[in-house]
Amino acid sequence: MSRTLLLIVVILIILPAFISDFWLNQILTRSIILGIAALSLTFLTTYLGVVSFAQITLAGVAGYTIAYFSPNTTGLGIELPWLFAVALALLFSTLAGAFVGAIAKKSVGIYSIMITLAISMAFFYFTRQNYSIFNGWTGFSGITAPVAFGVSLEDSLVFYYATLLSATAAGYLVVKFTSSPLGLAVQGVKDAARRVRAIGIPTTPVIIAAYAFSGFIAGMSGVLNVWQQERISSFSVGLGPTIDLLIIAVIGGMRHPLGAFIGAITYVLIDTFVIDLFSRDRFNMIIGLVLLFIVMAAPQGILGSFLSAQKRIRKYDNNAIKRKIKNDCEI
Amino acid sequence: MIVKFKKIILVGAVAIACLSQPILAADKIKIGVISILEGAFASLGQDGVRGAELAFKEAGGKVAGMDVEIIVMSSDASPDSAVNAARKLIDHDNVDIIIGPLSGSEGIALRDLSKGNKGVTFVNGSSAAQDATFREGSDNFFRFGGDGAQWMAGVGTYAFEELGYKKVAVVAEDYSFPYTQVLGFMSEYCAAGGRVPKKFWTPIGTKDYSSVVYSIPDDVDAIFVALGGADAVNFLTQYDQAGGDKPIIGGTITIDQSILDSKGPFKKLLIGAPAGTPTVSDYEGKEWKEFTASYLSNFPEGMTSPTIFAHHYYMAGKAVLLGLEQVDGDLSNQHKALRASLNNLEFVTPTGGTMRLDENRNGIIDNFVTEVYEREDGSLGNRVLKLVSNVNQTMGQDPTAFRAIGAVSRENPSCP
Amino acid sequence: MKLFFIVFLNGLTLASLYFITACGFTLIFGLMRTVNMAHGVLLLLGAYIGYEVVEMTGFWVLGIIAGGLSCALVGAFLQAFILGRYQGDELRQTLITIAISIILADFLLWAWGGLTYQISLPEMLQGGIRLPLLNVGYSVVRLTLIGMAIVVGVLLWLLIAKTKLGIIIRAGVDDREMLQALGFEIKKIFIIVFAMGAALAGMAGVIFGSALSISPGTDIQFLLSSLVVVIVGGMGSVGGAALGALLIGLAEQYGLAYAPTYGVVFTFLIMVTVLAFRPQGILGRAEQ
Repeated sequence: MSRTLLLIVVILIILPAFISDFWLNQILTRSIILGIAALSLTFLTTYLGVVSFAQITLAGVAGYTIAYFSPNTTGLGIELPWLFAVALALLFSTLAGAFVGAIAKKSVGIYSIMITLAISMAFFYFTRQNYSIFNGWTGFSGITAPVAFGVSLEDSLVFYYATLLSATAAGYLVVKFTSSPLGLAVQGVKDAARRVRAIGIPTTPVIIAAYAFSGFIAGMSGVLNVWQQERISSFSVGLGPTIDLLIIAVIGGMRHPLGAFIGAITYVLIDTFVIDLFSRDRFNMIIGLVLLFIVMAAPQGILGSFLSAQKRIRKYDNNAIKRKIKNDCEI
Repeated sequence: MIVKFKKIILVGAVAIACLSQPILAADKIKIGVISILEGAFASLGQDGVRGAELAFKEAGGKVAGMDVEIIVMSSDASPDSAVNAARKLIDHDNVDIIIGPLSGSEGIALRDLSKGNKGVTFVNGSSAAQDATFREGSDNFFRFGGDGAQWMAGVGTYAFEELGYKKVAVVAEDYSFPYTQVLGFMSEYCAAGGRVPKKFWTPIGTKDYSSVVYSIPDDVDAIFVALGGADAVNFLTQYDQAGGDKPIIGGTITIDQSILDSKGPFKKLLIGAPAGTPTVSDYEGKEWKEFTASYLSNFPEGMTSPTIFAHHYYMAGKAVLLGLEQVDGDLSNQHKALRASLNNLEFVTPTGGTMRLDENRNGIIDNFVTEVYEREDGSLGNRVLKLVSNVNQTMGQDPTAFRAIGAVSRENPSCP
Repeated sequence: MKLFFIVFLNGLTLASLYFITACGFTLIFGLMRTVNMAHGVLLLLGAYIGYEVVEMTGFWVLGIIAGGLSCALVGAFLQAFILGRYQGDELRQTLITIAISIILADFLLWAWGGLTYQISLPEMLQGGIRLPLLNVGYSVVRLTLIGMAIVVGVLLWLLIAKTKLGIIIRAGVDDREMLQALGFEIKKIFIIVFAMGAALAGMAGVIFGSALSISPGTDIQFLLSSLVVVIVGGMGSVGGAALGALLIGLAEQYGLAYAPTYGVVFTFLIMVTVLAFRPQGILGRAEQ
C-alpha cells in the first residue's frame, strides 16, 4: 500500500504539466479540498465509531474565520496577517470540534448522526440570521488567497501544490495520530469503552480529543476552501454540503485515509461531467442512485472493494503459482 | 423522459445544428447561461433559460454571421453554486459571454468573479440585488434591467396618494432581495408622508406565519408583503384563515405569474392587490403581445405567458445579440469594442420602453404599478394601473443623497 | 398579553401537526431501531397524491386515505425489498434511507414541478371563526388539528396497549430475538409496522398540505422537525413524541413572535441542550 501511495503522490505532483487549468482548479484541487474534509469524517467513523454530520460546520468555522480576518468586500471584519488568520482559523475549528465532542460525548451510532446534524443545522441557521459576524444570507465574498513567502497562492499551480501538501500532511497526521497512545485510546473507546475506563483512562477527554483533532483536519479544508471559492456564505454550511460530505465518505470508503480522496474525486467527476450525459436537473437522482448502489453493493466503498478484489486476485495468483510449481515438479 | 433529458442538455436547435458539423472555433460565439434548474426554483429557472434562448432563436441562431452555441449551467440559488457554474463555463467550455444568474446574492457573487475574469463579458439575468451594480461595480458586469428597488417604482406614491394608506406594515423575507424591494417601496412611500411602524423579517422557508399574522398592528391600513413562492402562499393562506382583512400590497415576486398559476384558495386574497413589477403578463402593449406570441410558439410547454425571468433573460440575450452585431463579433482586446457598444446600447424592450444603461452599467427601466384581476376563465392575471417611465437606480433622487442612505438592511431605511 | 395567548394556541396547533408527523417516525424507530430519513419525502409524496385525489373526487377524506395508502405501499416495498435485508445494521439502513430520500425527492420534483400546492379543504373547515374571550379570528382547520392529534394519539395508544399486534410490537421493542425464537414472523411484522409508519407520514402530508401548503423543500423541513421532536421527546416513545412536539411547537411560535431573527435557532438549541444532558431524550429509555 505504501508503495502505491508514493506512486499516487508522484503522479499527482507531475500531473499539472498535462492538464488544463479547468482540470487543475475545478477537478483536482476541489477534490483534494473536499477529500480533506471527508478525511476528518472517515477518521471519526473508523476510529471513534461515530458518524458526524458536523464536519462541514467545523470547516465552516475555519472558513468564516479566514473571511472575517482577511480583506473582503462586505466591510465586516478585521484585517490580520494571513499567518495569524490561518492560526486562528485552525484554533477555532479545533475548539469547535472539542465543543461538538463535549456535547455528543455520550452518543454513538445513529444517535451521533442526529446530534451532530442538530448542531450543524443550528450553526447553519445562525450564520444565515446573523449579520454582525457572519453577514447572513449573502456571506463574505471577494476574499483572495494570500501571498505566502513571496509566492502568490492565487496562482492555480501554486495553490494546487499547497493543497496537495496540506492533504499529505492531513493524511500523515491521521496516521500518526491513530498510532499514538491517544489514538490507541480512541480506538479502545470505540471497541470497549468500559474496559478503557477500567484501566484508568477516562473516556470523555479521549472522545473530546478525537473530535478536536477532526476539527483541526476539517479546519484545514475550510481554510483552503474559502481561498479557492473566494467566498463563504450560509449555503456553504447548509444541509446540502453536509450530506454531500457523507456521500463522499461512503462512496470512497471509510477504512483508509485514501478512501476520502477517492470518494471526493468520484463525486466531483459525477458532479461535473457524468451529469452532462443525462440532465443537470436530475443530478440528485443520479448521485442518490450511486449512493444507494454503493451502500447496498459495496459497503466498504470504492477503495474497500478495490482492496478486497486485489486480495482475491493475489490469492488466485498464489494458487496459480503453486499449481505451476506442482506441475513443474510432476514433469 | 429521454426526450426531456435531451431537450435540456443541448439547449435549442442552435446547439444541435452546431454539433452536426465541424466548426472552426473562430466562427462560433459561445454563450453560457446560468439559471436555477434544481430545487424549488427549478420551474422559474427554466423559464429564464427559455427567455435567453428565445432571443437567439429569433435571430436564427446566428449573430454577425457566426453560429451561436448556448451552454446551460444550473445553480441552486446559492452564490457558491453560481460561481462554480460560471467557472466551469469559463475554464472548461471557454465561453465568451455569460448570461445570468437568477437570484440576488448569486448576482453579487458573479460580479466579484467577473473582476478576475476580464476576458469574459457578464450580462446579468434576473438577479436584482442593488449592490450588484450600485456599489463596487465591475466594468464587465452589465445589467439590462432594474434592481429590486426600481421594480417597486410608483407603488409607494400610489399607495399613499391614490389608495390613501397612511400606515403600512411590512412582512418580508430576511435577505438582500426583499431588503432592496422594501427600500424601493419605502423611499417613495415615506417621502410622500406614509409611515411604516413595523417590519417583520421572516426567515425564508417559514411555514407557519400565524404568530406573525397576529402581531400585525391593528392600526395599519395595509400590509406590504415581499415574500416569494411557497412563503407568500403560506402567509396569505394563514392571514386569510385568521380573518385578516387588511388590503395587501405586493412585492414583485409576490404577484408574479408563477405565483398566480399556483393552486389553492388563497389566491382570492390577491384580487385587487397593487404591486410593482417590470413584467406584466397581460400587458396590452403591441411589443408585449408580439413577445408573448413568439414565446408561446417557441415554447408550447412553457408558462401561460412569459414570467419576469423569461422577460429579463430575454433582454440580456437581446443586448448580447445587438452588441455583437454592432461590433461585428469583434471580441479582441478583452471585448473592448463589445463593452463600449453595450454601454451605449439602446433597444426597444418587450414592454415597449427603451432600454439603456446608466454609468454603473445598470438599466434605466420602465416600471408598472399593477393590480391583480380575475380573467374570464377564472385564472388570475395582472393588469396595468400606471406606467412609470425612466426609473433609474436612485429612484429619481439625488445620487449623493441616495447613496448616503447606505446599504440596505433590516433597519435601513426606516420611518416608523 | 392577548398576543401571548394566541401564540400559545398557535404553538399548540403547530405541535399537533408535528405530533401527527412524528408519530410514524417514532413508531418505526421504536420497534426496528431504523432511523427513517426518508420520512419527510414520504410525507411529501402522500401530500401530492392526496392533492390529486382531492382535485379529482372533491372529497378531502378520500385524499387523506389515498395519501396514507400510497405511502403505506411504498413503505412496505422499501422494508420488504431493501431495508429488511440489512436489519440490525442501523447505520447502513440510515444511509439507504438518505439515498432513497434524495432519489424520491428528485422524482417528486420531476413529476410535480416546483410550484406550491394547497389541498382544498371541505367547506366546514375552510376560513376562520371568532374566538371567544380573545376576540380574534382563528383558522378552523388549525383548531381541528388539535382534535386530529388527540385522535391519532389515542388510536395509536389503543393499538399498542390493547391489540395483539400491539403486544407483539411491545415485545419486539424489548427483545427482538426472543420474539423471533417464539416463532413470530418478525419480518412480516416489521413490514406491517413500517407500512403503518409510512401511512402516518402520508396522511400527515395531506393534513399539512391542507392546513399550510406543500412545495419542494417541505420534505427536508419536516424530516428535520420530526427528528428534533422525537429526539427531544425520546425516540420510540409516543408520549415522548407528544411532549417533544409541544416543546418545539411552542418554542418555534414564541420565537417567531418575539424574536423572529433567531427563532429558528431556538429549536435546535433545545435539542442540543436536551441531548447533552439526556442523550436518550426526555422520556426515552437509555441506550444499551
